[in-house]
Amino acid sequence: MLAFTIRRLSQSVIVLFVMSVIVFAGVFAIGNPVDILINPEADIAEQEETIRRLGLDKPMWAQYGVFMSNALQGDLGNSFVHNIPALEIIATRLPATLELAFLAVGFAIILGVPLGMYAGLKDDTFIGKAIMTGSILGFSLPTFWVGLIFIMLFSVSLGWLPASGRGETVDIFGVPVSFLTWDGFSHLFLPALNLALFKISLVIRLARSGTKEVLLQDYIKFARAKGLSNTRIVGVHVLKNILIPVITVLGLELGNVIAFAVVTETVFAWPGIGKLLIDSISNLDRPVVVAYLLMTVTMFILINFVVDILYSILDPRVRLEGSK
Amino acid sequence: MSSSSPTLQVENLQTQFFTKAGVVTAVDDVSFTVNRGEVLGLVGESGSGKTVTGFSILGLVDHPGKVTGGKILFNGEDLTTYSENQYRAIRGSRISMVFQDPMMTLNPVLRVDTQMVEAIRAHEKISKADALVRARDALGQVGIPSPDERLKSYPHQFSGGMRQRVAFAIALLNKPDLIIADEPTTALDVTIQAQILFETQKLCRETGTSLVWITHDLTVVAGLADNICVMYAGKVVETGKIDDVLDDPKHPYTEGLIGSVPSRNKRGQPLTQIPGMTPSLLNLPKGCPFQKRCQYAAPQCEVSPKITKCEDGRLVRCHRVEEAMAHA
Repeated sequence: MLAFTIRRLSQSVIVLFVMSVIVFAGVFAIGNPVDILINPEADIAEQEETIRRLGLDKPMWAQYGVFMSNALQGDLGNSFVHNIPALEIIATRLPATLELAFLAVGFAIILGVPLGMYAGLKDDTFIGKAIMTGSILGFSLPTFWVGLIFIMLFSVSLGWLPASGRGETVDIFGVPVSFLTWDGFSHLFLPALNLALFKISLVIRLARSGTKEVLLQDYIKFARAKGLSNTRIVGVHVLKNILIPVITVLGLELGNVIAFAVVTETVFAWPGIGKLLIDSISNLDRPVVVAYLLMTVTMFILINFVVDILYSILDPRVRLEGSK
Repeated sequence: MSSSSPTLQVENLQTQFFTKAGVVTAVDDVSFTVNRGEVLGLVGESGSGKTVTGFSILGLVDHPGKVTGGKILFNGEDLTTYSENQYRAIRGSRISMVFQDPMMTLNPVLRVDTQMVEAIRAHEKISKADALVRARDALGQVGIPSPDERLKSYPHQFSGGMRQRVAFAIALLNKPDLIIADEPTTALDVTIQAQILFETQKLCRETGTSLVWITHDLTVVAGLADNICVMYAGKVVETGKIDDVLDDPKHPYTEGLIGSVPSRNKRGQPLTQIPGMTPSLLNLPKGCPFQKRCQYAAPQCEVSPKITKCEDGRLVRCHRVEEAMAHA
């Protein structure tokens, strides 16, 4: 376990370094922030002063050097637009996205696993087939369109749920959260469901194919020969075996949901980091974009690590080892 | 539950599979009796219907299969009339089963103690601690060293032979009246096979448990069973006392099976074999299903032979025996 952790950490450092180079080169390709940031009315001296202050007068490799030495001290630079640390901006926006993402993944598990297992158990019934057809819709309908339809239906026509914003929030350890107030939760519900739709379909498919495969195994027949109840067989023997692929995929999807909730956040005007990324790209706010992407990479590394540990808990045959 | 009735009495059992390609009769008119404490060897090639017979007795034939006829009298009660709930209550408690592949019978993600305790608690209101004690004793009984530690292990930490012992321990947990063992030693090497055979025999003698031992290996049944039942293409072709049948097989198929056991041949001589292959159950030849491979095949074999009772009490399904008995 220790050897595994150390090996993983050293791999992660390399990944982060390579990513930082790619991201840094990438933001240079988007455009020159000088064109947007500097007041065209300012005189040459003022313009040059600003460029020097932002460090944009140096060549790219030198800028990267400065960025790297600051980053190693935990400073990813100040936002060009807001002139406060990029990490601070992200940190203020992150809770909103995390809340959205976790609820979406929660929906995916709570709805996806039982529906998928049902479809796997009752493969040729009408409901079983209906679930599978529904999951195809969940896969193929574009998120933004479903979001708009949700707003049309639940906010505009029926007036049940609000269409935008976070609603009332409460502070927990200084972090504002929506889900603990009724108003906040009603704001959270639609975007979370919208974001979850694809994941629910994914989990349904995984759970169904897993269930169908596990049901054919000898150990299920043996469990039946032991006289166990159906509840026990499905709820313990089948469920524990299908959770392995579901956890793997959802782990990775959690990263995706956090990092790329852009569309849903835009449709529902949800003030999370997805919306921040879009705004920062259009303002050419390089430090925020770089900080955002590096944070995303770190998050994926962490999630993969947690998934590997969950594996070893779920499947006793998996042992975390330092070498192959 | 009358004490006079045999543990298991199967009468004219028929199990069919309703597949898209047609109706397959996997078990056809199968009858046999297992008395208390007796061992029955159910012998046949792959696809002869022996495994399906085992599953039929336990009510575990999966869709699209179904028991379509006959009776399964267990301690005098007809299991074919049982509801799913009644069946569940006797499965694992009165009748248990051991499967062929020990690597596949235990759930890989559950600890052995979990899988044993649940088998006890499915049938009895008993505390987890008491169930654990019984599980430990059962592991000791089948010869697993340091059972206390082994209870906490996962199946993959056991070897194949050990896993099959665990499966037997689970089958024995609720002191069943009958154990159906479906080729339980086929996947094991010979020394382990001999140990398991010996111990199973001993346990059955001690507890009075009856045993149906399904196998394709005549040498295994020879040392173990009291009676033998030979199946071919879903039908019983010969059944009787083990010594009678092995010493003097009446059905050509049984004769062929015995002839193809290596130890019975002289060294250096080629093995006798039964020519041809088991027919597909989807299109069985008319009449006796064995006629295409039978060295005594005659025109009369186009008509299905009936079961004939011989003087030593053995039942044979062959025209030659039918005639011999008619002339006697």
